[in-house]
Amino acid sequence: MIPTLNHYLLLSAILFAIGTAGVFVRRNLITILLSIEIMLNAVNLTFVAFGRALGSVDGQIIVFFVMTVAAAEAAVGLAIVIGLFRHKASLNPDSFASLKW
Amino acid sequence: MLFYLFGAVAIVASLLVIAQRNPIYSVLLLIASFGALSGLYVLLDAPFVAVIQIIVYAGAIMVLFLFVVMLLNAPHEDTEEDLETPGVERRQLAGAGVRRFGGLLAVGLIVELWWALTKNGGESGAFPAPSVASVAAIGRSLFTAYAFPFEVTSILILVAMVGAVVLARREPITRSPRRGSPGSPDVP
Repeated sequence: MIPTLNHYLLLSAILFAIGTAGVFVRRNLITILLSIEIMLNAVNLTFVAFGRALGSVDGQIIVFFVMTVAAAEAAVGLAIVIGLFRHKASLNPDSFASLKW
Repeated sequence: MLFYLFGAVAIVASLLVIAQRNPIYSVLLLIASFGALSGLYVLLDAPFVAVIQIIVYAGAIMVLFLFVVMLLNAPHEDTEEDLETPGVERRQLAGAGVRRFGGLLAVGLIVELWWALTKNGGESGAFPAPSVASVAAIGRSLFTAYAFPFEVTSILILVAMVGAVVLARREPITRSPRRGSPGSPDVP
């Protein structure tokens, strides 16, 4: 069975759902950031598949930009995680509830 | 079929990323998932994206994650002092509700997307004849039509770099006279 565009889109949907579940289910800040990376990769797969289906090169260029944003997000997010860990010595997001009333 | 092999590897590795308790294993499994996605990009006639995926994602971003995991000494979830903190019962109840909602949301997302994909577009899903997008074509488009976003990207990276340095920096040792040690020479 030759994989069509729908196959790639379904795979991307499954990966995106896994990433969404990871953000909600896990209680570790680093794992939550990794789940966000899974979601970004699912979107990248969608872009490349649509670019291939449309015969256009624009999808790959958007992927380039998404990767850049992912790198910036990882750098800033991990810096924030380091700062939070210095304060509370914990990576559980439930322990950073000081702003909650 | 290579698509099913790579897709199965990507899904299983991503599921194991979620299921692992040790963050180091999560990072390494995510690198495996990225390798499978890179193979999918090769199947989609996008070799440039495949190489970038390996070099930038698996080579740079994941090494950054691994560095932070090892720098923070990788505390596992639900450690003892975490369970001993007061109010943990209420927090765990709330966490269970959020987790159940998250699982439901993920399942609902899969069902909804599956329904949307199989309902329409089943006949228009076949790929056209392969047109190999060379790196030259990507570069030409990147520096003509997408020149402004490309330059904005450089500013974004610069801002992220400065922000990461500022956020992760230790507080500088302040030599205020209030907290001066007895042997300090800073006499007002």
